[in-house]
Amino acid sequence: MKFNRYNKLAIAFISTIFLAACSPLEGEESITAVGSSALQPLVEAAGEQYGSENFGKFINVQGGGSGTGLGQIAADAVDIGNSDIFAEEKSGIDASKLVDHRVAVVGITPIVTPEVGVTDISLENLSKIFTGEITNWKELGGKNLPITVLNRSSGSGTRATFDRWVLTEGSKSIVTQEQESSGTVRQIVASTPGTISYVAFSYVDDTVKALSIDGVKPTDKNVKKNKWIIWSYEHMYTNGEPVGLTKDFLDYILSDEVQNTLIGALGYIPTNQMEFERDAKGMTTEVLKKTEQKSD
Amino acid sequence: MKIKKLDSFMQGVFLISALISVMAIILIGIFVFGGGIPFIAEYGLSNFLLGEKWTPSNTPAAFGILPMIIGSVTVTLGAIVIGVPVGVLTAVFMAEFCPTKLYKVLKPAVNLMAAIPSIVYGFFALQLIVPFMRRLFGGTGMNMLTVILLLGIMILPTIIGMSESAIRAVPKSYYSGSLALGASHERSIMKVSLPAAKSGVLSSVILGIGRAIGETMAVVLVAGNQPRIPDSLTQGVRTLTTNIVLEMSYATGQHREALIATAVVLFGFILVINGIFLLIKRKEAIR
Repeated sequence: MKFNRYNKLAIAFISTIFLAACSPLEGEESITAVGSSALQPLVEAAGEQYGSENFGKFINVQGGGSGTGLGQIAADAVDIGNSDIFAEEKSGIDASKLVDHRVAVVGITPIVTPEVGVTDISLENLSKIFTGEITNWKELGGKNLPITVLNRSSGSGTRATFDRWVLTEGSKSIVTQEQESSGTVRQIVASTPGTISYVAFSYVDDTVKALSIDGVKPTDKNVKKNKWIIWSYEHMYTNGEPVGLTKDFLDYILSDEVQNTLIGALGYIPTNQMEFERDAKGMTTEVLKKTEQKSD
Repeated sequence: MKIKKLDSFMQGVFLISALISVMAIILIGIFVFGGGIPFIAEYGLSNFLLGEKWTPSNTPAAFGILPMIIGSVTVTLGAIVIGVPVGVLTAVFMAEFCPTKLYKVLKPAVNLMAAIPSIVYGFFALQLIVPFMRRLFGGTGMNMLTVILLLGIMILPTIIGMSESAIRAVPKSYYSGSLALGASHERSIMKVSLPAAKSGVLSSVILGIGRAIGETMAVVLVAGNQPRIPDSLTQGVRTLTTNIVLEMSYATGQHREALIATAVVLFGFILVINGIFLLIKRKEAIR
């Protein structure tokens, strides 16, 4: 077939259609935040609220997981990278240029099928379950029921946090069932007798039972006091110090207005209410409360 | 003259449409192979394909996909064992035995089966097959048999649809010739019409294999996804596709490259399967 000028015309015509979609409208501004699915609901809700208060400003939020978030922000391909874990903890990420904004805290709790007959467990025994040393609930005073361990997939921020704070140093979880999302994990734990797994507090409902550890209940209050040690920050990373809309939006999320309302309502714990803080190496230190110093 | 101009203009539009699909497949190929080959070269092809350990979060990390290759191949073969007899017999029934009234229900039902999103099949299996397997074999009920049963059902529409049209395409003279020689209706169909449709039926099986090996969303829900070589059919399994979908969102650096390399292997499987399909088709055309 010969490429005459009508073919060229057709090509020009079709490319115009494709390119037309690319030009932005005047006066509008938008940024993109990508990453952690655990953090996604919060950023979406905050983004919507922000957009309704600031006309013409749009916050695009995409999931994809912490790995995607960190990878994209390190490559400077997006404005904000959302992650459940510190960039320093993830191999293959150049964290030197990234600036961390800790917008919230999530607590993670072990969950079991309600009928296992165990409601409290020691941290040591919890570790032994995941390393395969304890294999039946009766060893823990529960029913004679084999334990089925269910993990999140390798590289998940929830799993990384759980492994970091539960498994004794140097040990690894046995090869187990794995699932990709917290929602699926909860459904499988609810429907399969004898199963144990772990989810963020906000995923716990009546269909599963959250275990207390050494008598400490998985509550926001215990996380704030660091009595419940299985928690992690939700990070929003920027490549270099944020500017413009990105800075404005991050300030908005960290403002008391959002921290004291939206974050609690969505099941996260506001960072400013934590009495302890942690660094990337896991060192936990007490926060000096400014409000207490100010009083009287 | 005017019509001629319009003709060549439309020719251009058609050409571009055709090029889009070719471009897409080329781009996918470049992306997948470009992303995966460097990793395979670095990690070693045999370490990657024959490694029995998949522990991306350990230091040092191990990226052996033998468990997933074995998983994919086993569940696909199992699905064929279940899906092919049921599918082919259904196709024979629909083409030759089915009363018109029943056909009017059966045909749309099979077509509908093909249109159901795979995640819906997954939920169906999670709610129905998994508890059934749990009662039968104990444990979690998420094992290879569950996956095989699910995939066996999922490939049915592919096999039924293609086999039925293959059987219908057999010249009526074969059938009447057989009747004239004294064979019964049943015997003529099973011994003459069906064998004559052999290559079409075989093509349907090959496409069924392609569908089974590529299935992801339904399998990930019910497979258990343990990255180890299973000892028996009542153990959980991880396939090549689920390995990618489970970890892609969390992967960075080498881990991510390893997952893309997994896609390369899967792509290779699909290329081989489609190659066989084309070969069968060509043989048929020559005949």
